Amino acid sequence: MTNSNRLSGGQIDRTKPLNFQFDGKSFQGYQGDTLASALLANGVRLMGRSFKYHRPRGPMTAGSEEPNAIVELRTGAAQEPNTRATTAELFDGLVAKSQNRWPSLAFDAMAINDRLSNFLTAGFYYKTFMWPAAFWEKVYEPIIRKAAGLGTLSHDPDPDCYDKGFLHCDILVIGAGPAGLIAARTAARAGAQVILADEDFRMGGRLNAETFGIGDLGAPDWAAQQVAELASLPNVRLMTRTTVMGAYDHGIYGLVERITDHLPQSPAVKPRQILWRVYSKRAILAAGATERPIVFENNDRPGIMLAGSLRTYANRWAVTPAHQVAVFTNNDDGHRTAIDLITRGVTATVIDTRMDAKSLGDYETLAGGVVSDTAGRLGLTSVQVTLANGAQRSLSVGALGVSGGWNPNVHLTCHQRGRPAWDDRIHAFAPAGTLPAGMSVAGAANGVFGTHDALQSGHAAAIEAAASLGFAPQSIDIPDTRDAPVNLTPFWHVAGAKRAWVDQQNDVTAKDIKLAHQENFASVEHLKRYTTLGMATDQGKTSNIAGLAIMAEVAGKSIPEVGTTMFRPPYTPVALGALAGRSRDQDFRPTRKTPSHRWASEQGAVFVEVGLWLRAQYFPKPGETHWRQSVDREVLQTRKSVGICDVTTLGKIDVQGRDAAEFLNKIYANGFAKLPVGKTRYGLMLREDGIAMDDGTAARFADDHFVVTTTTANAVSVYRHMEFVRQCLCPDMDVHLISTTEAWAQYSVAGPNARKLLQKIVDPEFDISNDAFPYMACGDITVCGGLRARLFRISFSGELAYEIAVPTRYGDALIRRLLDAGQEFDAVVYGTEALGVMRIEKGHAAGNELNGTTTALNLGMGRMVSTKKDSIGATLSTRDGLNDPNALKLVGLRPVDRTKPVPAGSHIMTKGDPVDAAHDQGYVTSACYSPNLGHHIALAFVKSGDTRLGEVVRLVSPLTGVDHDVEIVSAHFIDPEGDRLRA
Amino acid sequence: MIIIHPLLGPRDSSEFIYKGDAALINRPDWQASDALDQFIDYGYLRDNPAGLHRELWYHEQGDRSWLVVTRDTTTHEITQVELARDVARRQGRST
Amino acid sequence: MPDLAPITPLGNAHPITETYGPVTLSEVVDRALASVAARLDTGPDAMDNLAKYLGTPLPDVEQISGTTQQAFWIGPDQWMITADFATHETLATDLAQRTQGHFNVTEQTDAWCRFDLTGGQLADVFERLCPVNIRAKSNGTAVRTTIDHLGCSVLIFDQRHIAVMGPRSAAASLHHTLVTALRSVF
Repeated sequence: MTNSNRLSGGQIDRTKPLNFQFDGKSFQGYQGDTLASALLANGVRLMGRSFKYHRPRGPMTAGSEEPNAIVELRTGAAQEPNTRATTAELFDGLVAKSQNRWPSLAFDAMAINDRLSNFLTAGFYYKTFMWPAAFWEKVYEPIIRKAAGLGTLSHDPDPDCYDKGFLHCDILVIGAGPAGLIAARTAARAGAQVILADEDFRMGGRLNAETFGIGDLGAPDWAAQQVAELASLPNVRLMTRTTVMGAYDHGIYGLVERITDHLPQSPAVKPRQILWRVYSKRAILAAGATERPIVFENNDRPGIMLAGSLRTYANRWAVTPAHQVAVFTNNDDGHRTAIDLITRGVTATVIDTRMDAKSLGDYETLAGGVVSDTAGRLGLTSVQVTLANGAQRSLSVGALGVSGGWNPNVHLTCHQRGRPAWDDRIHAFAPAGTLPAGMSVAGAANGVFGTHDALQSGHAAAIEAAASLGFAPQSIDIPDTRDAPVNLTPFWHVAGAKRAWVDQQNDVTAKDIKLAHQENFASVEHLKRYTTLGMATDQGKTSNIAGLAIMAEVAGKSIPEVGTTMFRPPYTPVALGALAGRSRDQDFRPTRKTPSHRWASEQGAVFVEVGLWLRAQYFPKPGETHWRQSVDREVLQTRKSVGICDVTTLGKIDVQGRDAAEFLNKIYANGFAKLPVGKTRYGLMLREDGIAMDDGTAARFADDHFVVTTTTANAVSVYRHMEFVRQCLCPDMDVHLISTTEAWAQYSVAGPNARKLLQKIVDPEFDISNDAFPYMACGDITVCGGLRARLFRISFSGELAYEIAVPTRYGDALIRRLLDAGQEFDAVVYGTEALGVMRIEKGHAAGNELNGTTTALNLGMGRMVSTKKDSIGATLSTRDGLNDPNALKLVGLRPVDRTKPVPAGSHIMTKGDPVDAAHDQGYVTSACYSPNLGHHIALAFVKSGDTRLGEVVRLVSPLTGVDHDVEIVSAHFIDPEGDRLRA
Repeated sequence: MIIIHPLLGPRDSSEFIYKGDAALINRPDWQASDALDQFIDYGYLRDNPAGLHRELWYHEQGDRSWLVVTRDTTTHEITQVELARDVARRQGRST
Repeated sequence: MPDLAPITPLGNAHPITETYGPVTLSEVVDRALASVAARLDTGPDAMDNLAKYLGTPLPDVEQISGTTQQAFWIGPDQWMITADFATHETLATDLAQRTQGHFNVTEQTDAWCRFDLTGGQLADVFERLCPVNIRAKSNGTAVRTTIDHLGCSVLIFDQRHIAVMGPRSAAASLHHTLVTALRSVF
């Protein structure tokens, strides 16, 4: 078949033929075609099978409101299911497949469902598949899953990339039909920054589908002229192929711009689509109106479509689905389709429900008639008409245009709680009530249907919007154009129909709606969910109103009394890739690398994600095949000689000012006012409710200068909290906070030889002997011939230890120097695993212990919470509930059978007690294998644990089968006296 | 949402972190005779209005100011934005 | 002279320069940085004293001032001072001495990575990067905003020269974000 259904004219480029495939067959179309128009031109009306009943379907519309002609576009990884053929721009080499049918579109075995329709009515899911329960997961679900959905996914990763962007404008004009074009021009001429967006690839809206004139030009030519002028203005941004899909707070709109969907291939680094966030001061919604059908028996055959769409195919795409057509209408606009088709040599007959209807051209009108049935399973062959006098007449036609009136596209006005109001003039819902801030509505979207009226409306809206922003807009001339009145008499459905389709995509019939009412799902919200009316990818754009009308009828109400459900973004479906933008895979979040990262990679370190950071977890040496080998080695060697670890990631906050010490007193539970210059102190930070929040150290470099550290995980939130205290609670404290986590590379140097190693790099004028630089000292020094550095004598491992900080750019060189100088001591580098083992051996609390439910008392630091000063959390930590005599206390656990582990998360039970929550004695927070002790150890919270040292208790984890004895011991497994620390 | 920062002008709310009711500025006096009761109310009771709400936002991805924003929780309309420090001082907070 | 060799935020011995369409992206590693915060009782005299030292007054909200030594506003009563690294490596110490008692000074040199974009159509690139309307900003504006989840300072010297400063540890991620936007636009 080659374009047997082409008419003359249209906005296609016949000099650019395009080859494409549909269901394996090759066809030809032209530049400017959509897939649907090109298929119709080639005589193909059957394009899909419906969701539930697998009925043969063709395109019902020519736009994004399409319910039926949805296909799988492209192949391989770029395959996209549920693509509307009516908006898919044709390109050379396009490949598409129909969906939801097996084995083929023409013969679909699942059409058996159509015969079972009596059992598959609305709500059948709720009434079936109940018994037996054993079948739910094994039988019913797999079957339903296979039958669910329409298109299929390729399961390959999306090969395209997507972008996000941010645009600012004075006035956003949504829709480039007559109202939008004139609004954009008016606003732009006034000097406003204007964005004009339209979902189509050609601006003009319905003007591209009509044959009347505007001024001296035909409608499409006038539209093109407007666009050309707008394109020449520097303050206008034209965005075609761009759907404004959501109206958000404060004039923010979400737009999806399709960049390459109309091209054979997307260039590798260019985004396929861009999700734009537009910040507008004012917005004019000129989104036009969508036609609605009349509902009647077998109204869903391929070839039956909206009358306006039939006209669009003829005028814009020079296509007719058949050379004999009929039109079924309740208004004058349906007649326009007949007139335009006849002009192009197609035969047309009009069936008009209005008794007094007359022909508006050279064709027959059957006034007072209704379509009572249709025939042609794989494509319309005839329609049955019941005339006004009751007689029957059959028309042999291959296409039927149906017009039940037009609905203003109110959707965006409802995205923020708005509900439209019924307008009796147009028998449709129109924008009403509170619109989103800054939005006004113009043209058909506001219920203003005539072209001249739409132009006036768009013009007026732009004048008002521009003036409201302080511009001085000038009136522009509105060209002459005829307004064709609509003269609609409401007629929603033909009575007595058995298979009359309301929502074609979800296969909801008029009977289903009556059933919903019968079963008392009569409220509009229940009607929607019970029948699934309006819940498909087309969001009921062509079906909602007929559903409401039928419900109104059976309920004895008016349509506005039935009401509407809420419209929510997106207006049309948005690819998840567009929502993700660049945030995929490795780029999902930024990665933060430590100063020693490059060096650590060279050493073959295995990295672990700690928040955004990559930290070296352990450093396997050649021959080591299991992480335990590396970690054990790192731990043993550090405690035996000296180890170095990158601790840059811990938060560092500079606290400076006259009131710096007083400020620290406020945020820490323990005291800092008397900390001498040159000393560091451990600090515990509580939440206001008395729960431990974070711990770290504060080092005093001067009376008015401290450097505070936090845990890696809480660096950002602690800083935020400190700024809250500074600005909101203590605004008159003279203190400033600056985060310096990034500015300094910091390494811990730990072990008996730590001092000796450091003495090789610290410049000789600085005495770091034990007397000169005792435990918890801090100070500014220089290293390696004058480089400024900071030295802190603090220990997480429990060994003689220091932390040395240099400006980050020197961090790579420093760690190389440390390992080099450390060779004589067999110095080892260690990662986060060994760091963790050593702190557990020492009994230091960390994030696992500060888990958001524990207090200073639980941690064994109850006395640290000063009662002599105010600090965050101090008051509420005195509550009785947090000071139970039998409170949890941090202790160590040692397995009685030394070969057993002590898994974190296990619970502790007193021996002899039943194993249940009521008798729970506590839980394990941190656990590891201790190479120094030769067995597993753990830290745990145990009720009154501090008084139970030596007791043997039962360790249980019923879910994972743990059940063996452990002994409660001191949490300080290594060097409990702290001799090593003070060496 | 757009928050009109008193110093910087309109900014996307995605640059901010939301904390909650600005009543958090009115931290009780730890030495009051009923301090514990006051702190319990301060920590756990909120008006949670459907309507105008004065709340704390932190400009984490901007100038690190805390702001007090007056926002209608039913319409999201923001009618006032102040530097929290100014509000705190006005409410008698000092050191 | 210390004998430790520095590396760039991207982990190299030397900063990179790349071209994408009309735009050149250059890594800038030769600026010393220090933040200064005015204490509560810092009056006009102290401000003048610092201005004299810098050769430029401390700028207003979101402004950049100065040439050799530059200052840009980063928050209420807070500014970032930048100067040539080779001659001002000890910028923070010098400023602290000079402003003793009136300003809190913190070394910031290695807290940041910096990428300068020069050339045409820069605003088109920044449309993909941050919510701030870069196109509408006047010359000499410093804006703190978010770029792909990173808190950055965007210094608009003019519409043909814009610098992005981000956290040093995320330099590779920031570079990747900028390059992706450049490749996307051009």
